[in-house]
Formats: sequence, C-alpha cells, structure tokens
Amino acid sequence: MTTTTQRTASGSSGEGPRTENQGFYTRQLPKYFPAALLAICAVVVSAVFALLGAFHPVPVAVVAALLYLVAITVSSAVIENSRRAKDRLVTGIVYCCFAIAVVPLVSLLSTVVVYGLERFNLYFLSVSMNGVIPSMDAGGVYHAIVGTLVITGLATLISVPIGLMTAIYVVEYGRGRLKQAITFFVDVMTGIPSIVAGLFVVALWMMVFGPGQTNGLAGAVALSVLMIPVVVRSSEEMLRLVPNELREASYALGVPKWLTIVKVVLPTAVAGLTTGIILALARVIGETAPLILTAGMASTRIQANPLDGDMMTLPVFIYQQVGNLGLSAEAGAYAEERAWAAALTLILVVMLLFLTARLVSRFFSPNSRG
Amino acid sequence: MKLSKYSQFAGIALAGALALTACGSDQAVSPENQQAAGNVDCVDGGGTLSGAGASSQENAMAAWKASWEGACAESIVQYDSVGSGAGREQFINGAVTFAGSDAALDEQETQAATERCNGSEVVNLPAYIAPIAVAFNLEGIDSLNLSPEVIAQIFNQEITNWNDDAIAELNPDADLPDQKIIPVNRADESGTTENFVAYLSEAAGDAWPHEVSGNWPIEPVEAAQGSSGVVQAVESGQGTITYVDASHVGELGTAAVGVGDEFVEYSPEAAAAIVDASDPREGNTENDHAIDLNYTTDESGVYPIVLVSYEIACMQYQEQKDAQLVKSFLNYVVSEEGQQAAAKEAGSAPISDQTREDLLGTIEQISAGS
Amino acid sequence: MTTTDSSTTAEVPKGRRRLGDIAFANTARGAGLLILAILAGVAIFLVVQSLSSLTANEANFFTSTEWSPESGPGDAVRFGVASLAFGTVLAAAIALVLATPVAIGIALFIVYYAPRRLAALLGYLVDLLAAIPSVVYGLWGLVYLVDQLQPIYRFLAAYLGWIPLFAGPVSTTGRTMLSAGIVLAVMILPIITAMSRDVFAQVPQAHREAALALGATRWEMIRTAVLPFGRPGVIGGAMLGMGRALGETMAVAMILSPSIAISFNLLQSGNQTIAAHIALQYPEATGTGVSALIAIGLVLFAITLVVNMAARFVVSRRKEFTE
Repeated sequence: MTTTTQRTASGSSGEGPRTENQGFYTRQLPKYFPAALLAICAVVVSAVFALLGAFHPVPVAVVAALLYLVAITVSSAVIENSRRAKDRLVTGIVYCCFAIAVVPLVSLLSTVVVYGLERFNLYFLSVSMNGVIPSMDAGGVYHAIVGTLVITGLATLISVPIGLMTAIYVVEYGRGRLKQAITFFVDVMTGIPSIVAGLFVVALWMMVFGPGQTNGLAGAVALSVLMIPVVVRSSEEMLRLVPNELREASYALGVPKWLTIVKVVLPTAVAGLTTGIILALARVIGETAPLILTAGMASTRIQANPLDGDMMTLPVFIYQQVGNLGLSAEAGAYAEERAWAAALTLILVVMLLFLTARLVSRFFSPNSRG
Repeated sequence: MKLSKYSQFAGIALAGALALTACGSDQAVSPENQQAAGNVDCVDGGGTLSGAGASSQENAMAAWKASWEGACAESIVQYDSVGSGAGREQFINGAVTFAGSDAALDEQETQAATERCNGSEVVNLPAYIAPIAVAFNLEGIDSLNLSPEVIAQIFNQEITNWNDDAIAELNPDADLPDQKIIPVNRADESGTTENFVAYLSEAAGDAWPHEVSGNWPIEPVEAAQGSSGVVQAVESGQGTITYVDASHVGELGTAAVGVGDEFVEYSPEAAAAIVDASDPREGNTENDHAIDLNYTTDESGVYPIVLVSYEIACMQYQEQKDAQLVKSFLNYVVSEEGQQAAAKEAGSAPISDQTREDLLGTIEQISAGS
Repeated sequence: MTTTDSSTTAEVPKGRRRLGDIAFANTARGAGLLILAILAGVAIFLVVQSLSSLTANEANFFTSTEWSPESGPGDAVRFGVASLAFGTVLAAAIALVLATPVAIGIALFIVYYAPRRLAALLGYLVDLLAAIPSVVYGLWGLVYLVDQLQPIYRFLAAYLGWIPLFAGPVSTTGRTMLSAGIVLAVMILPIITAMSRDVFAQVPQAHREAALALGATRWEMIRTAVLPFGRPGVIGGAMLGMGRALGETMAVAMILSPSIAISFNLLQSGNQTIAAHIALQYPEATGTGVSALIAIGLVLFAITLVVNMAARFVVSRRKEFTE
C-alpha cells in the first residue's frame, strides 16, 4: 500500500521532473522505441531458432531478452548518451527480474491445475483411502480434508487467544524490558523452522506420553507454535491502528481499561484481526514437515478424533502419494494423479482463505476508518 | 450490527463445514470391486489388530489388509510402516500385536520379548520374500549374465566400462557398448541395501571387502532416495546399474546372477527356493522359522539375492481376542491366496508349499492363556 | 457477564485498579510470558531429548560426517552433524545468491518502474509465491522442474565444467543441490522482495527529488538515493530469507537425491540438509535415532535463531537510525 502512495516523482520513462530543454543536450529515443525494439528482437530470435529447427519458448525468451538488453544499450549509447544507456539497461534488467518471478508462479499454478484436474472430481473429494491398495484406480482425499480442518481448527483455537492477548499486552499494557523482549522474541519466533516446531512437540510428547505417540492434537500444538507469532504480529498492527481518541473517550466515560479494550478497541479492529488470523491460518494449513512428525502418515480412514492416533492431512497426503510414485507403472501413475489433485485441492483451500480474508476486510471494516 | 453481520458470516462458515463433514465416506471402493479373500477363518465379532514394522511389506500389507478386512466384518488391521527396528521395539514393548521386520529378532530381543509374550515362545515367520533385482539401463540389452564377483567389482567401481573383458567373457553374445558404468545406490538406510551387501560380501568373497549394514558402505557415484528414486535415476541415465526390489524393475534390463555354474534370472519361484535351500538359524526354538540365508548355494534354479521379511508374533497372547485375530490374519497371509495377492500388488515371491506347511503348523498353535 | 462488569464499574471508586482490570492485564501479560516460555521450552526440550544420543555418540558430533545413530549388534552409535550443516548452509547460500539480486530488481520494479496502477497488483502477484505450500513446490520441482533443468545442467557441465561447482557428469535425475537451491530461491523471493519494497518506498522523497533535480537519470537516482538508504533493509530481508531457506524442509526432502557427504559439486546428487534429513529419517527412527534427529534439529534451531536475531537487529537498527 505504501508503495503506491509514496512514489511521486518517478513516473516518467527516463528523467525526473520533466524538463523541456532536455532536447538541447541530447537527442532522445522516441517513446515507443523500447517496445518496438523488444518486438523486433523477439521476432528475429524466434525466426533464427525456427530456421535452426530448435524452437522452444524458454531459450527463445532468454536469448531475445539478452539481445534486447544489448541492443537497447548500444542504440541508446549511440543516439543518446552513455548515462542514458546505462539507465535503459537497468530498466530492462529490472523488468526482466519481474518476469523471472512470474515465470515460476505461472508454471507452478498451471501444472497444478492441468495435472490436478485429471482426478479432481466429486468422488475424489468425498471418499477416503480406506481399503484402497496402490494398484487400484480409486481412493480420495476426504479423510485428509477432515484431518486438515480438525488440526488447523484446533491450532487456531490454541493460537488465537494466546496471540491476541499477547498483542493486547504489547499494545495496551506493555512497557519497558518485558515488552521489548516479547516483541523481539515474537519476531524471532516467526523464523523457527517448521520442522523444529515438529521436533519440539515430539520431544514434549515423549516426555509426557512416552515415545511413538502420534495424534492430531500433537499436530495442532506444533502448528500453534508456528501460528502464534504470526497472529501476534498482525493483531499488534491492527490494534495500533485503532485511534487513541476512541480509547480516551471511553476512559472519559469512566469505563475501565479492560472493558474499553473488550468493548471498544477489539470491535473496532475486528475486521483487521480476523483478516490477520485467516492469513495466519493460510500460512500453516500447508505445513507438512511438523505434521509428518506429530500426526503420522498411516491413517487411511476418516478420523475426526484428534486424540485417537494418526490423522491424515492434505499436505501430508501429497507427500505420502509422492512416496508411492515409483511403485509399479500403474500404481505410480495413480499416486501421481492423486498427488496433483490433492495439491490442487490444497491450493484451492489456501486461495479460498485468501479470498475470505479479503472479503472480511472489505465488508466488515468499520466505516469510521478512512 | 457489525457483530451480528459477523456472526452471520461465522454461521455460514460453520454450516459449510458441517455440510462437508456429512458428505464423505470411507467407502472408497464399491463393495463389488472390493478385494475380499475367499477362504478366511474370521473371528466372531471382529476387532482391531495392530502391527508395525518394515516398510518393505507396506504394499503387500495393504493388499492383505484390504482382502482380510473385506472378508471379515468389523475386523481391522492397522499396520504402521515405521521401519523394522521400530516395529520390533514396539512389539517388544507390547504396543503392537505383531511386527513386520526385515531381520529376525536376535537373541537379546527374543529374551526381551518373552515377557511380552506371556513367557511363551516368540516366532519369526518368513512370510514375505522379495527378490532383489540387479537392474541396468543399456540400450538394446535386456539381460546380462553377471557373476557375484563381477557384480561386486562393478558396484565397487573397479569395473568402470560396460565393454570390460570381465563382462564380455560372461556374455559372449551380447553387443556391449563402450559406455561408462554408473552404479546407483540407495541413499537411505534400507533392508534392500543390507541384503544386497550381505549377498556380495558372502558370495563375492574378496571382491567386496566392505562391512554389512543398511547403509551403502562406499562413496557413491550416484545415489537416490527410496526404491522409486533409484529406478528413476537408472531410467533417466544411460549405462546405469542398480539393485532394487524386483517389483520396481519395470522395463529395465536385469542381470542373470551366477549361481554355481549356471546363471539364474530372477523369478518368483527361483527367489522362493532360497528359503528352502537355506538352513534354519542356529539356536532356533521349536516353532521359530528364522533362517540363515545361504547366499553361496549352488543348488540349481535358486535366485540368491532376496530380501526375506518376517512376521513376528507370540505363541501365546494374554488376550483371547489378540490370539484369534493374529491367527486369522497370519493364516490368510501365508495362504496361497494371500501370497498371490501380495505377489500381484507388491511383486513379491510367493512362499513355497513346503514353507507354507511349516508356517501353518506353527500359526495353528498360537493361543491365549493366562 | 456484562451485568456484573457494569456493577463493578459503579462500585469501585475511580483511580484504584479494579479487579477486572487486574485480571485482564495479568492474563495479557501471562500470554506474553507464555510465548517466551514456549520459545525457551523449544530449546530446553530439544536439549533434554537430545542428551541420550549425544552421550552415547562415539564420534564427534560437530565434525563427524557419519550417520548411524542406532546401536545394533556390533554397531556403535556414531553420528555427526558436519555434512548436514554444510548441506544446509550450501542450499541456503545457493538460494540467497540466486534470489537476492532478482528480489531487489522486483522491488525496484514495483516501487519505481511499474505503472502506478498496476504496482499493488503486481506486488500481490509476488506475494502469491509465498502462499503456495512448500509441499506443492516440492511436487512441482520433483515431477516437472527437474526435467526442464536437465538441458541447462548439461550446458553448464559442458561449458563451465572447469569450475568445480559445475563439474560433470551431470546427475541423471536432475535431483541435485542446484535444483533444490533454485526452488528455495523461488520460495524466499517474496520474503526478500517484501522487505526491500518496504524500505525502498520509505526513501525520503526529498532525497529522490534532489537527485532528480540535479539531472540524474532514474538509475542514478536509485543508485545515489535509494540503494544506500535501503541497504540495511535489503540485508535484513536477505537474512530473513536465508532463515527460511535454512529451515525449509519439504521442498528439499522431495527434490534432492541425498547422500550424507560433503560435496561442492552442484550438478551431482549429494549433500543433504538438516531439515530434510529429519523429515526423511524420522518415520523409521527409534531410540537414539530419534534423539539424534532431535540433536541435529537443535543445531538447526540454533543456526536459524542466530540468523534471525541478526536480521532483526539489522532491521531494527535501521529504524532507529531513520526515525
């Protein structure tokens, strides 16, 4: 957001404040020149590759981009000057950087959708893997969806109260060393590798329940370790956005501080808080490693009790199917299809959460905030 | 207003979640397609039989589980493929009723397990035999004769080219290419590696001077994770060779292994024959069927590189139900039907009639007592 | 609940701490302390549970490259973290080297180059990369990407093979350290980008306009005004990204064809990271095996903790400096 509001002086194609007399010092390439040059490069390179009989989009794009960078630099250096040439080169490189980021995104999403749709249907979504042996063209992901809902739901139940209260402490009450320490360590905690969170719960469970105990609750606790700091951070920001005038008005009416927080601050920030929580949920719902350690991989039937043994989840299901890739030709192919379809399901769930977060922040924000 | 809108929203989400939980089922396979075993001695009232152990048996176990559960109402087998070591440990602790293991219980473990078995005998039943194939990827060549010494030298990186005289001598008819040999080994600890290395160190003598363990003993040329990983590595390279669970071989060429004066291609019968050609382990108790694999046998028609995996059970259980379930399940596992189901699903070698008779005799005596 | 609350308000004289207030404040503080306790708990539990293997270990934990943590008949407990730590740092380094320049470029693009109306949308697009679960990255990398990378690897080995990093022969599967590093780079790209974008957008307008008023081109303005100002933020972002890359498990576990050895060759199968090793070994580990995995997890925890604390320190110092 800040990005759009703050940039003011840099909209034009080359220089800062547009000075009419630039033409006095140097000739300028016409505005359409870069685009035209890029098109020419693309055509030339594809033609050359096609003539050589080796047309393939990736090398063509790479060579065309390189050719463009060279051509624009040279032509700018000849027609304009060397400083401009450098500027145009950097502009080209910066555009390339962005393209580089988009390529894997598009590639990944398109492969997931294309491969995933082969098996993504109502049957797949509504049955478990119970009684399915690898060579069977059958089975679905329902038990994993249930497991994901139960485990992430529990994780939310654990992390939201803790995270929210911590944020309230930091924003409304905290001062001095303790506040600093909490802020700092929450930041540090966001960087805990997910597998370490899993190991933590393994170690904890080993001390409390003995070795080899895997269940849904352990998975939920591991996810909470990852979720709490995210909830704290986002809630903190939202609480800070609540204008102090509201609090002061409430105090002036004689309302105690804690009631002010519960009745005034939280309702004002509720949209932002919810958005933050949903985004935190979206972050942990795709976690795999801690769940392999804590919730196990053996479950094949529908299981909604988080205290009763292994519990399958969507990400672990994908991982488990990938483990079956190399079985026999048939079984491997089925496993791969299942993995892609489950990946599609998981991505859809994540996107759904993102969409919900957007909707919540759009429809439930208080009108008072501008 | 805000809050009520909010609770509406939450209500919709909750209703959606509830609707979702209502529509799934464990019936992934329609009853007529279900693998139901024909001839099983079921336990009245069913029950849950829990086992854990070797992942080598995972797919066979999936087939046995599906058929047995299909035939016996209310009966459930839970098999956690946690690895042989963990399986034995859980069995000894009494956490599971039977264990699957790539190695029989050693003396110490047997003693520890006696307590768990109500003071009765602990038995190792060799019910799963998986041939290990020496598979390679050479264009136009489906089979090669390789003696144990040559195999050892290839994997020890002493023979480095496919047209080496040592290989040519054994294969006068083959058109061996001038190509570098790339041996591929398992990167992870595995029973396959352990058995293959054990075979080399016994059958190849001085050509394989390394210690026997589940880890590959020398610096790898190329390594890969899991059976599927090594097969993928072999398939995508030229001149590659590996050892792998025979069910994964697919289209690859395989070696006929030198036994005595002849060369034996792997086949289920040839692999099962090694169990009969081997001697019982020294110090076996009356009903124990643990064997010392005789890698150096020169009996005709025996394929010597196999992984023999055991089902480990007690002769006497505390609970009547446990005894009945184990008896019923293991009876099915070693039956001809069960062995065929595993062969179809996991590519294992069905045990010979001789072995079956021995095993059934033992399983018959499993009982409960106080 | 509301009724009792309002009665309290009425009864208790002003100026004194009210019961509800005290309870609420203490709950809030308790939650904050609980977080500190959890973090301490992570460290303590990992230490306690790793002791049994560390005391049984007959090799040097920090320098050994062996891995056989489970004792068997005639099989001593010997394991070390050296090669795994090396693999972890190597993977993160590859990711960092590949991702940082691109991330800076993207941040500059979004803040200073992209059409203003599109900027927010394009930023959102990059953030999408962060929303994709790592197991999906792993699946994509394993099934799709490694095949696409093979020709590039052969090219590298053929023409740059004289650099030890790229010496052939190329692994037949493409499941190498470089593939894992590339996927990690994509995964940490949004982290570094977000951080850089924030600081680039905070460059005081006066600095930028001063540069432009002197006749600087856009690149000269960026070089003289934006980059020096944004450097700590970029460094902080890169370190946060590195923290993520160090701890990333699934993508590496699924893509890399590992071996526990120290190798500088990026085009052959080899090396292994701590996180991936834990995920792959844990399902079949028992006794000291589990404890040994917890021990290397502790090492990973320590490494990421140091990196993250350093990153936060760099970032917060910049804040003090600018405010």
